[in-house]
Amino acid sequence: MSTLLEVTDVATYYAAQGATIRAVDGVSFTLAGGEVLGIVGESGCGKSTLGRTVLRLVEPTAGSIRFLGEDITKLDRRAMVRRRRNMQVVFQDPFGSLNPRHRVGEIVVEPLEVHGIGDARSREARVSELLALVGLPPDAAGRYPHEFSGGQRQRIAIARALVLEPKLLIADEPVSALDVSIQSQIINLLAELRVRLGLAMLFISHDLSVIRHVSDRIAVMYLGRIVEIASTSEIFDSPSHPYTQALLSAVPHTDPARRRERILLSGEMPDPAHPPSGCAFHTRCRHAMPRCSGGRPLLTSRPTQAGPREVACYLY
Amino acid sequence: MSEAPLLAVENLSVAMGATPVLEDVSFQIAPGETLGLVGESGCGKSVTALSVMRLLPNPPGKFLGGRILFDGTDMLSLDIAALRAIRGDRIGMIFQEPMTSLNPVYTIGDQIGESLIVHRGMNGSAARTETAKLLDLVGIPAARNQLDRYPHELSGGQRQRVMIAIALACRPKLLIADEPTTALDVTVQAQILDLIGRLRVELGMAVLLITHDLGVVAEFCDRVAVMYAGRIVEEAPSAELFRNPRHRYTEALLHTMPAANPPGRKLPSISGTVPAPADRGAGCIFAARCRFAIPRCSTDLPPLTEPPHRLRCWNPA
Repeated sequence: MSTLLEVTDVATYYAAQGATIRAVDGVSFTLAGGEVLGIVGESGCGKSTLGRTVLRLVEPTAGSIRFLGEDITKLDRRAMVRRRRNMQVVFQDPFGSLNPRHRVGEIVVEPLEVHGIGDARSREARVSELLALVGLPPDAAGRYPHEFSGGQRQRIAIARALVLEPKLLIADEPVSALDVSIQSQIINLLAELRVRLGLAMLFISHDLSVIRHVSDRIAVMYLGRIVEIASTSEIFDSPSHPYTQALLSAVPHTDPARRRERILLSGEMPDPAHPPSGCAFHTRCRHAMPRCSGGRPLLTSRPTQAGPREVACYLY
Repeated sequence: MSEAPLLAVENLSVAMGATPVLEDVSFQIAPGETLGLVGESGCGKSVTALSVMRLLPNPPGKFLGGRILFDGTDMLSLDIAALRAIRGDRIGMIFQEPMTSLNPVYTIGDQIGESLIVHRGMNGSAARTETAKLLDLVGIPAARNQLDRYPHELSGGQRQRVMIAIALACRPKLLIADEPTTALDVTVQAQILDLIGRLRVELGMAVLLITHDLGVVAEFCDRVAVMYAGRIVEEAPSAELFRNPRHRYTEALLHTMPAANPPGRKLPSISGTVPAPADRGAGCIFAARCRFAIPRCSTDLPPLTEPPHRLRCWNPA
């Protein structure tokens, strides 16, 4: 499949209280059309900032973002708005991301109006089509967001994101605020829409079992960097980076057969304003060697039986 | 259970205003035992915890019936002074959000020391020495230097460690932990659960763990009770419940988890939503969403069967 998105050496820094927060610090990956790349990591690892940077909701400090072959980091505001027709986003909080004063129909139709697509009648038809697609009743268009449950509100947000038929959907913790039984409905919906619409996704989540279920490939982030990127089965069957190993081992399972020997990390993620030298994980890594605090290990391709994987670690 | 239970909740019913939120809830915890209370949002698990502590705001909260026996004393019969003597002394509590449960204008040393001064009658310097030991116990190193810090200077995981130190200051017989790791990252969650588990053994403390995370319960608890719409629908030893879920709600909930399914496969789901209290009929509240419902399910409330594997279901798996 052809490359849809190519992110190269992207960095996003914030200035905060006199310090520079390196939220994203030299990230590269590619995403093919129709592919789902899971981005996983803990609070503060930069995964949400990365998603927002790709859409230029946050401006990158450095690096290039090529979407459909074009570097979008150089585009002016108006040109960028036009490109966003093909890049849409769904956020975690379906309560905060829908305007409570607008009816569902107005919320879903807005992107069509912004991009000047169709006339009133065709837009109305398109909204009905989308509401049906995401499994909402036809009368939903005339109602307000507060009349819906959390799961249904997330369906509204998905309808709005897909009304323009984007090629890329950035899903930032789309099921994290939902109960387990509702989570499964939204995961199924996204999986179904992905196939039906040929949608590529950056699926950002802290939940490893959700990420495993939806992703073709997974990138594991720690302190602003990707430490490992490989196919879903590779990550789960043989995690290479010591952080990936610790992360997977920490997940509690109901099935005893799925439990891994727990690797308890000491301390917590360091302050992103003052990241450790070298490999940012070396302060908590049980395999740390002298050179780990020296130069920063780069993501390097390592051939394995199941295909290439990339790990940023001096063990390999 | 051979021993007399430390905590026995018997036929507890609670309403918030006119809305029933707990109906006929019964469970026991033996000394040193860990019971998990699981369920989705609004099932009544947090209300149960608050009821045991008598912390449910009244109004709107109202006890409609039942008993809460802690060490043989009915918590519902105690006056406020007697309750205060128990809370923070023989029963400790930790909540989900350590930032909002800690007082931002007092140092963590003051907040931990407070319960030692109140319950143990210690003077300031004795409390300070004991507080430093407690911080050490919960894994906050160089404890003496930490006593004068404020909550905002700590990370989320450290704040939860401070909450645990406060809860454990008086060596309680029972720790009630309401979603203690929900706001934390998974590697920090592993650290905190490991800590609570070790302290439980060291102090011989019983734990009531309230969570929506089935994996956490499976790994941490001796027994587990599943709640749905204000009732306990199933209760069994953890290993038994997760190997052999019998109530149709428990079974469906476990099946919908992504971890229980091959990647990419369509997930089983539970149709519909939890009915509002006004729409609950006479029978099993789950009947309307249950694929295995038989006619009787919507007319007769199934009784809770006897231990060790209790369940409320007419047509179990």
